[in-house]
Amino acid sequence: MDFLRPASWQEALAAKAEHPAAVPIAGGTDVMVEINFDHRRPEYLLDLNRIGELEEWEADGDTVRLGASVPYTRIMEGLRAELPGLALAAHTVASPQIRNRGGVGGNLGTASPAGDAHPALLAGGGAVEAESVRGTRMIPIDDFYLGVKRNALAPDELIRAVHLKKATGPQQFSKVGTRNAMVIAVCAFGIALHPDLRTVRTGIGSAAPTPIRATTAEEFLTAALEEGGFWDNGKAVPPSVARQFADLVAGAANPIDDVRGTASYRRHALAVMARRTLGWTWEQYRGKQQDERNQPCA
Amino acid sequence: MTGHPTRAATAPGRTPTSVTQGADGSPTRGGIGESTMRPDGILKVTGEFAYSSDLWHEDMLWGHTLRSTVAHARIVSIDTSEALATSGVYAVLTYDDLPTEVRHYGLEIRDTPVLAHGKVRHHGEPVALVAADHPETARRAAAKIRVEYEELPVVTDEASATGPGAVLVHEHRDDHHSGHVPHPNIVHRQPIVRGDAAAAAERADVVVTGDYVFGMQDQAFLGPESGLAVPAEDGGVDLYVATQWLHSDLRQIAPVLGLPEKKVRMTLSGVGGAFGGREDLSMQIHGCLLALRTGKPVKIVYNRFESFFGHVHRHPARLHYEHGATRDGRLTHVRCRIVLDGGAYASASPAVVGNAASLSIGPYVVEDVDIEAIALYTNNPPCGAMRGFGAVQACFAYEAQMDKVAAELGLDPVEFRQINAMEQGTVMPTGQVVDSPAPVAELLRRVKALPMPPERQWETTEGADVRALPGGLSNTTHGEGVVRGVGYAVGIKNVGFSEGFDDYSTARVRMEVINGEPVATVHTAMAEVGQGGVTVHAQIARSELGVSQVTIAPADTRVGSAGSTSASRQTYMTGGAVKNSCEAVREKVLEIGRRKFGTYHPAWATAELLLEGGKVVTDGGEALADIADVLEDEAVDVELEFRHRPTQAFDLRTGQGNGHVQYSFAAHRAVVEVDTELGLVKVVELACAQDVGKALNPLSVVGQIQGGSTQGLGVAVMEEIVVDPVTAKVRNPSFTDYLIPTILDTPTMPVDVLELADEHAPYGLRGIGEAPTLSSTPAVLAAIRQATGLELTRTPVRPEHLTGA
Amino acid sequence: MRVTFTVNGRRQEADDVWEGESLLYVLRERMGLPGSKNACEQGECGSCTVRLDGVPVCSCLVAAGQAEGREVVTVEGLAGKDGRLSTVQQAFVDAGAVQCGFCTPGLLVAADELLERTPEPSDGDIREALSGNLCRCTGYEKILDAVRLAAARTGEAV
Repeated sequence: MDFLRPASWQEALAAKAEHPAAVPIAGGTDVMVEINFDHRRPEYLLDLNRIGELEEWEADGDTVRLGASVPYTRIMEGLRAELPGLALAAHTVASPQIRNRGGVGGNLGTASPAGDAHPALLAGGGAVEAESVRGTRMIPIDDFYLGVKRNALAPDELIRAVHLKKATGPQQFSKVGTRNAMVIAVCAFGIALHPDLRTVRTGIGSAAPTPIRATTAEEFLTAALEEGGFWDNGKAVPPSVARQFADLVAGAANPIDDVRGTASYRRHALAVMARRTLGWTWEQYRGKQQDERNQPCA
Repeated sequence: MTGHPTRAATAPGRTPTSVTQGADGSPTRGGIGESTMRPDGILKVTGEFAYSSDLWHEDMLWGHTLRSTVAHARIVSIDTSEALATSGVYAVLTYDDLPTEVRHYGLEIRDTPVLAHGKVRHHGEPVALVAADHPETARRAAAKIRVEYEELPVVTDEASATGPGAVLVHEHRDDHHSGHVPHPNIVHRQPIVRGDAAAAAERADVVVTGDYVFGMQDQAFLGPESGLAVPAEDGGVDLYVATQWLHSDLRQIAPVLGLPEKKVRMTLSGVGGAFGGREDLSMQIHGCLLALRTGKPVKIVYNRFESFFGHVHRHPARLHYEHGATRDGRLTHVRCRIVLDGGAYASASPAVVGNAASLSIGPYVVEDVDIEAIALYTNNPPCGAMRGFGAVQACFAYEAQMDKVAAELGLDPVEFRQINAMEQGTVMPTGQVVDSPAPVAELLRRVKALPMPPERQWETTEGADVRALPGGLSNTTHGEGVVRGVGYAVGIKNVGFSEGFDDYSTARVRMEVINGEPVATVHTAMAEVGQGGVTVHAQIARSELGVSQVTIAPADTRVGSAGSTSASRQTYMTGGAVKNSCEAVREKVLEIGRRKFGTYHPAWATAELLLEGGKVVTDGGEALADIADVLEDEAVDVELEFRHRPTQAFDLRTGQGNGHVQYSFAAHRAVVEVDTELGLVKVVELACAQDVGKALNPLSVVGQIQGGSTQGLGVAVMEEIVVDPVTAKVRNPSFTDYLIPTILDTPTMPVDVLELADEHAPYGLRGIGEAPTLSSTPAVLAAIRQATGLELTRTPVRPEHLTGA
Repeated sequence: MRVTFTVNGRRQEADDVWEGESLLYVLRERMGLPGSKNACEQGECGSCTVRLDGVPVCSCLVAAGQAEGREVVTVEGLAGKDGRLSTVQQAFVDAGAVQCGFCTPGLLVAADELLERTPEPSDGDIREALSGNLCRCTGYEKILDAVRLAAARTGEAV
């Protein structure tokens, strides 16, 4: 095994081009487990810790360009307003120690369906900035996950950042685990209201071979909100709409039975989380509407 | 490899447990009944305490174990040539390399091969050993060992174990249980019949039956199995290891190595928790074999994955119960059948069967019982000792039954238990009369009387605090679906080794004057595994000998056996041995005093004399002499064995016999909040009342109760080793998927300690370590049942059990 | 490979480090600092917690080479130079928060950082900050007591 320690992003790209099989390591929270338990013996480890810009974010304009290695702790503390869904998801990642090391780049690189960031990324919408010596390309998050632990990166590419739309409405994230902390998702759900577009987006984790969106559920809800004029009248979402949304979310999943939970429980739990998180986000949206209406005109 | 600046090259690690602790002032402080600090506490908070995995020796090799990848198979061939040819590899051993004809070991039945021979009987069974200069070299070499398996059908449950045409796990049994068991795949069977259950059932106004399942729990101690074996010039070996019972290890190790016991010198290293999981051998023989083969020190440290295969687990169980009661709430009879899965090797299964049977009806008065407990041989992971030892599984079931009967009768569950609660003088199903306090009703009263935790503690001015809700940080509810439930349970556990076992401990106590101060040294082979035995030994020495300075010598095999750190027995047994030896030392000191000073004061001859505050004093408090002046440069040194009252084996047909030494009792009240839609549970409070006889160290007592309660909580809501029913392979051997409670899963735990002396025990004390692990689980289950209205006959409860999804 | 970094204020060096070794392994087996513990080696127990450039991390999941040139503080670095226990260490001893002690080093490093960040933590804060550190012996009650005690003593000292 060789340990490559590029001092700059350009050096890292060059190293990855030279050794496409090199395994990037940043927080180490996935890679080191595999090494410690003898599951993996990569020929090269490509250490990204010396590349400072990977741990920074830029939040100018409508998007956040989030460096691949920004630790979850800093996301949950510093990006609560811009990326509330991701900040909530970040808070559920493993333990404080892991949140201090791990970042979104690792979740994307591993592309495990159980990665906690994925549902929030899918719901918020955005793109992965992948780079190689050949150049940079933006991979829409919807096209990023290809299969179980497979993603759309080319062998010579590294994840530089994710570009995420700043929240224009409330977002929520919820995950089921059989312990009250430090737990891998049995299943997880993210939801983001996009009042600017009058749409709703979702993300499902640990309930299909890849993280997925519940597109039928999104379309149903978007249409129902539009038809009822809910975005403007700020009325509560009728229980029947919430129920159908929840059922459609559960229906979108394609879960399996495994040691962490059964397929049928996963579907059930997704429905409950979908209904609850819709309730929380919609109430927050209504609350804000109400506040704005009560503001005297300036 | 660079040097190890802080660790001596010759002595492995730093001295782990030889600690001198002073207590200032007089009369003697730091004696029994006080919450003195642990003598090893400072070393443990500075990181200097040397655990078995911390050991290091100049020129040492790393040992690695190759384990079977299948549960039941014939070994067709093993090819180690490529592994042996690997650079940096010093030895590769298989069964054929074992040095003597003794190639099996075991706690009670020697059925466990040191390395697999001809076949493997469970997933993860050791097949070959490698010693190399780096752990990675050893791992890579082990991966090059080619083992060809021819898989055999697996035995996984009672049906496949004892049904027609069952495959035998052990084909040629000749152990002392083989003659009386109804099937070779049954390790041991213990029936207990007393009175006439069938006739009593006729008198019952209500009869309630239930079938219960208890999942496989792991001890999950944090310090992995590890140790260092150093070959010695005399052809023997020095072994530094984390274990629960040095002398039991020694008895099993020496014959396999072909060495007399005196040439296998064992020293206890720092032990990172045990809970029963270190009662059986893990790396001990393997490390010694590699060290003797290579002539070099060998260190073996399991990682967490291997640890799940490196020790036995708590027996999973299936339990069938029938309880009858009259309208006025009196139990008429109990019939039950407990089937424990012992896995591939016997380990402690026979004793677990004895416990499960004899404690199967709980702390209640029932005249007419018909009980049967068995342990199976299967190809599942071997199961053996874990805190609670057979009584845990039974308690889960009988307490569920007690709630069910109470509900049937329309009685309050606590009141119903109190009506039937045993007390001093009660006759156990085994015919044994309980001859010390058994305050079962009182413990229930006390735990019920504790104030209830406030409702909706998760509500804050800024909204819901998810940390206090089911689901915790995962943000699953802000109060939706959350329902509170309250449950009660009480249990009974035996203390000490039972069924006629010659249970003893040994303590060597030395008293001498150092720098003008009398100092006591306590030397035992007791395994300090975290429970605080060393703290208590120092307290006893201070109380008995009136010294402030006590040195606790490292535990090793140069002193007689202390017995196991298990069965809640060490404070009773080794504490008793220390007390006993201290008393003998005191007598000798007084003898010397009488000889030297007897003529100066009549009280030397007439008064009851004590040692206090460094002086010889009369029971009236008059000081006669300084101990320092009595002893001068003389040292008093005593090594004595201490035994509890003898017990009897249970009759193999009727189960009658005075099998146990002492009983201990704890009661719990659990308050839970359940997210009834998602099936997630938050235990809000877990209160306990326990009779401890005498709290030698009140702080440690509470720590034991809270720790035990938490292990019970764990197996109520999350902990389970999942074994694939088709392949018998373990599916979750990691801390990612075998979950134990975090600090966010563990509630406030008020503890009410009752001290009713047992006149038969040293200081009146009662063993305390296990009882809180028993009733915790059924109390949590009862609370979840109350919150959900579900029957819940299985533990741990999983979300899908609560949602029906 | 060779790895050089600062541990508890002292520059340390290790040679012939295999590239797959963790910071934990190098501390324990090559630098004579076994205080950080190897309970799970998968980031699920916190026993190996050290501070890396001030931040609590699981040293089992830091590749040795990633520590190059950085500052590491382990449990061995908590006590004063004169050997006096730190407030948190003393509180753990006094409150009975130590049983087998295997989780203790990691808990101490985590609790020490918590109190540095949040001198008067609520119970919820303590629980959250220590939720990555498993303890199998105590049931955590005495650990909570210890952190409360350390916070109170720190407050008194100010």
